[in-house]
Amino acid sequence: MSGLKTLRTRIKSVKNTRQITKTMKMVAAAKVRRARTAVEAARPYAQKLSEVLANLSGGSAGGPLLMTGRKQVKAVRLIVIGTDRGLCGGLNSNLLKAAYVAINQQQSAGRTVQLVAVGRKIRDAFKSTHKNLLVASHTDMGRMVEVEHAQTIAAEALAAFEAGEVDEVHVLYSAMQSMLTQTPTQQQIIPFSSEAEQDSEPLLRATPEYEPGEEEVLAKLLPLNLNMQVFSAMLDTQASEHAARMSAMDSATRNAGEMIKRLSLQYNRSRQAAITKELIEIISGAEAL
Amino acid sequence: MKFTLLTPAQQVADMEVTYVHVPGDAGDFGVLPGHMPLVSTLRSGGTVEATDTTGKTHTYTVSGGFAEVSASGVNVLAEAIG
Repeated sequence: MSGLKTLRTRIKSVKNTRQITKTMKMVAAAKVRRARTAVEAARPYAQKLSEVLANLSGGSAGGPLLMTGRKQVKAVRLIVIGTDRGLCGGLNSNLLKAAYVAINQQQSAGRTVQLVAVGRKIRDAFKSTHKNLLVASHTDMGRMVEVEHAQTIAAEALAAFEAGEVDEVHVLYSAMQSMLTQTPTQQQIIPFSSEAEQDSEPLLRATPEYEPGEEEVLAKLLPLNLNMQVFSAMLDTQASEHAARMSAMDSATRNAGEMIKRLSLQYNRSRQAAITKELIEIISGAEAL
Repeated sequence: MKFTLLTPAQQVADMEVTYVHVPGDAGDFGVLPGHMPLVSTLRSGGTVEATDTTGKTHTYTVSGGFAEVSASGVNVLAEAIG
């Protein structure tokens, strides 16, 4: 009978697990919706900013260092944006894989690499694999991504660039393609590449007046754009995290259900076997009399 | 004309206005319909005042960012709203 009892407790524990994964899935589904709204809310600002920037960069030839970049790229900073919490499928490990590829690529090109980890999972992984390259990490930033965090990260990168520590800055984040697919995406943020904005150029036909001056405006706008790029990468990663967690928890719930089915079958079978055995014993005992 | 106030996190205002007061880095200025195209950085801690079509004035304290005046209206992009 002890076999029956262990089966019973196992079924119970799997049922509890299923309850938890099911709840986590529903929570993630709600959060994914919120995260996507945040992504949508950030879009008008980003769009307007790049529109104005495209107009600006068209006007001034050369431009500041932040746009043209340095001729010789010796050091590259890679900001990897992951998550604080686990249980979100392969999101962080996919990001890390992409990061390792990027690190190797830069290193084989003879450049030194600086790593900035965003999210506890990324920091922990880098701590064990690339401890000497890790220059900063940002973790435990609360439930929702805030603009201030992006500003801190962007300001750090900008300071490193201006001090000549690094010549290029890239962000690596998880872009949310759909609820089911999130792909690690790498984007160069310093020097600022304006190729993506070219299609929005005809929107502003008249050349506007710049106050205090075109260069001053540009000098102020570029850091803003940097903040925005980091911010939208963080928002995108946040949305990906919840989407990935949702699908991971969905399959966990399904697996638990299957396991319960299998265990109950086993449990019922052995219970039936015990009853049959008992009956046979009684009948054969009665026959012997 | 149209007036929009945007921050990285959200769209704060989007309405029809008759007049907007903008705290520029090089001095405050007012925008009436038909203003020439202009891009100006914002003075941190300044207040943007927008008068809507009913004559009501909405005020926002902004920190950082810039304002863009085009033929269709005024777009204020602020880093943060106080």
